[in-house]
This record gives sequence, C-alpha cells and structure tokens, in this order.
Amino acid sequence: MYDLSVITNWIHELLLSVMPGWLATTVECVAIGVALLLVYALLALFYIYFERKVCAAFQCRLGPNRVGPMGLLQSFADMFKMLIKEVIRLKHIDRFLFALAPYLVIIASMLSFAVLPWGNGLQILDFNIGIFFLIAVSSIGVLGILLAGWSSNNKFTLIGALRSGAQMVSYELSIGLSVLTMVAFAGTMSVTGIVEEQKDLWFIFSGHIPAIIAFVIYLIAGTAETNRGPFDLPEAESELTAGYHTEYSGIHFGFFYLAEYLNLFIVSGVATLLFFGGWMPLHIPGWDGFNAVMDFIPSVVWFIGKAIALSFVIIWFKWTFPRLRIDQLLNLEWKYLLPINLFNLVLMVLVIVYGLHF
Amino acid sequence: MVSLEIFGIQNSTLAVVAALTGVALVAAALWVAGLIAPRSFNPQKGEAYECGIPTRGESMSQFKVGYYLYAILFLMFDVETVFLFPWAVRVKELGVDGLVGIAVFFGILVLGLVYAWRKGALEWK
Repeated sequence: MYDLSVITNWIHELLLSVMPGWLATTVECVAIGVALLLVYALLALFYIYFERKVCAAFQCRLGPNRVGPMGLLQSFADMFKMLIKEVIRLKHIDRFLFALAPYLVIIASMLSFAVLPWGNGLQILDFNIGIFFLIAVSSIGVLGILLAGWSSNNKFTLIGALRSGAQMVSYELSIGLSVLTMVAFAGTMSVTGIVEEQKDLWFIFSGHIPAIIAFVIYLIAGTAETNRGPFDLPEAESELTAGYHTEYSGIHFGFFYLAEYLNLFIVSGVATLLFFGGWMPLHIPGWDGFNAVMDFIPSVVWFIGKAIALSFVIIWFKWTFPRLRIDQLLNLEWKYLLPINLFNLVLMVLVIVYGLHF
Repeated sequence: MVSLEIFGIQNSTLAVVAALTGVALVAAALWVAGLIAPRSFNPQKGEAYECGIPTRGESMSQFKVGYYLYAILFLMFDVETVFLFPWAVRVKELGVDGLVGIAVFFGILVLGLVYAWRKGALEWK
C-alpha cells in the first residue's frame, strides 16, 4: 500500500528549492484550496447525476440520458443553467443575513470535507481531535439554514427553517453519541488514529453488536441530518414549496443544493471512517493472500468507493420509506434513538473494559 | 502513530484555508452569476413567493414554543457529550474505575431525560 505523503513531501521539497519558505507555504495553501474546490465541485456534480440515475432506476425510468453519453454531462449543464439564471433582488428580506446564510452552509460543509481521510497520507486537516472538530464544524450548517429561513421573511421558509433546526439539532445528538461510542472503542479522536486502529479489522466487525447498533443509529441520524429521504420535511415540497430556500434564486439556491449533496457525501464519509475503516482495505485475519490482493487497490479508491456505496443506501431510504410527521420525527429521536444510544454506549464500554471485542 | 501535517503546514492554518475556500467558492460563483445572468426589473418579482396574492403581515413573528424546548434539551445533552469525549478517549486505560466514575454522571443525565419525559417536554402538542 503506497503512502501518498511521499508525493506531497516531494512537492514540498521541490517548492522549497526554488522559492523562500513563506512563499512556498502560500503556494501550498493556494494549491490546497484549489484542490479542495475542484474535488468539492466535481463530487457534487457526480452526486447530482448519481442520485438522479439511482432514483430513476428505483422508479423504472431511464433518468438523464440526453446530454452527453448516458447523460453524464447533465449536471454540468444544470450548473451552467443555474449560473445564467437571474439572482432576484427581493424587497422584503433582511439583506445581510440573507446573503450570509449560503456562506455559512458552504463553509460548514467545506470544513468537514477537509477533515475526511481521503487516502494513505492524503488528508488535509489532521487534528488530534479530528472527529470532534468535524462534529463541531458540521453544526455550523444549521445556523445557515435557520438564518436563510428567518431572513427570507416568508411563512414557508420560517416553518421550514424551524423544522430543519429542530430536526438537525435533535439528530446531531444521536450522531454525537454514536461517534462517542466509536471514539471510546478506538481510544483516540484523531482521524488518522481511528483509521490506523482498523488496520486488521474494520470496527463494524471488531466491535460486533455495539458497533452495529451504533452504525444503524448513525445512518438514521445522518439521513436526518442531511434533510434527506424520509426526513425531508423541512423542504416538503407538497406543504412548504421548497422549505427554507424558497426565496433563493439562481446560483444563490445552487449553494444550498451543492451543500446538501456534499453533506450526503460527508455523512457517508464519516460512517466509512468510523465503521468501515476509512481508506483501509478489507482485511480478513489469516487470509494473507486475500489481504495482499486487497492492498493493491489504491486507498483513495477504497475510501470513495465505500462512501459512495453508503450514499447509495441513503438514497435507497428515500424511495423506501414514506415521509415522517414532525412529532413522529422528534419522538423517534428522543424516545427511541437517544435511550438506545445511551444504553449502547454503556454496552460498548462493558465490551471494552472486559475485552469482549475481536 | 502517524502524525501527518500536509506540507508541514499547521492544522489551524489549514482550517482557515478551508474556510476561505468556502468563502471564495460562494463569492466567485455569485460574481460570475452577476456577470452573465440576465437582469430584468419588475416590481412583482420582489414579492414574497407565497400564494400569488399579496402577502399579509410580517413573517418574522411568533412561532411554536415546541421548537425552543427541543433546542434547550439539545443544549443539555450536547454539553454532556462534550464532557464525555475526554473520558471516552481514556476508557481503555481507566478500566472498571472509569466505568464506576462515569456511571454517577451518566445517572444524573438519564434522570434529566426521564424528568423531561415525565414533564411532557417530549410531547408534540
């Protein structure tokens, strides 16, 4: 398994040999920013296409198939369409907060995006409290949504934003607690550390019952956190037009759209990191030949592949379950998921303390 | 354990870079849209997108208190998670002692949830 930090180190040495240190650092920062932006945009475009194709498959349709081969260029066309739409100036809004909201939503998803472990030695932000940082920054997004709904000065957006706020803060609790369960199991909060711990066996296998419970809760809470699937009542189109982003037009709306798809990737990425070994290949103890074959697949492919497979499951939810009502939604979180989660944490600690894991 | 700082740049700097990238994305896209998007002026376009008829009253008004109640409950449990994280990292070394220690904290917390439940704070009325 090759270490990609060799490449970054080489670039660093190369830059240092031709320019002073501070300039090299600046160039590297700009390069990181550009790379982040490119991956962010390309993944969002891919996800829009992917979701539309998957939805079409579930409904026995073809999905986008006109623009480019198999409709592959459809999301590029959509992006340009969004760019050339007019950004309408509204007269009844709170201008400053209205303009601020998309920034907050995008910054939140960009920061959590940077924490993900993309591959061996390919990770931008690597705090020793990585996963904690991720939870902290991803909750900035809810501020953006609340501001968007409030500043629009529209009844639909206000109701949409409040529903979204209540839903996101409630389910953040479940996300926090299932992450906590896995942090207790890993014994570290550093993203690299968590991935390294899963070298021999992914946590979902080595942590058996408590890890599986934590995973199921994480998946439910993650779906709710991204306002998707059966939990899409903040933007329930039959009741609230489009929820909190009703008043946004053109590219201004595009930011919410972009962040929503990226959040889907981030939620699946974090699930991959915590339960499916991040960029670690599938290893079965004792099967040395098999493990060696798996090592040949690059780590980036492992990470993105696992994340996309999990996203597929989340998209699948959307077409399987009917939309919940707000009281059912909050009951599910506070009366079922939260007590189960607290119990599961105790179970996990017992498993750790008495060494009952693999 | 591997400690990786890409290009040897500190993580806090990189966090600022990532945040600035987000700002740059929004600002650049808005700028491009401002250059190529058409503009047309019509007083009707500035109206709220509601039902077609003129909007009545302010929308930044009172809302259901239930949302607020859930936010307060969330604060309680979220702060609790912050306290639990340092313990979770050390739980392997602490062993049974750590388990007993946190059980007291945990018990108080569960009592809080039970109280909120019995008080009917979790009912959506």
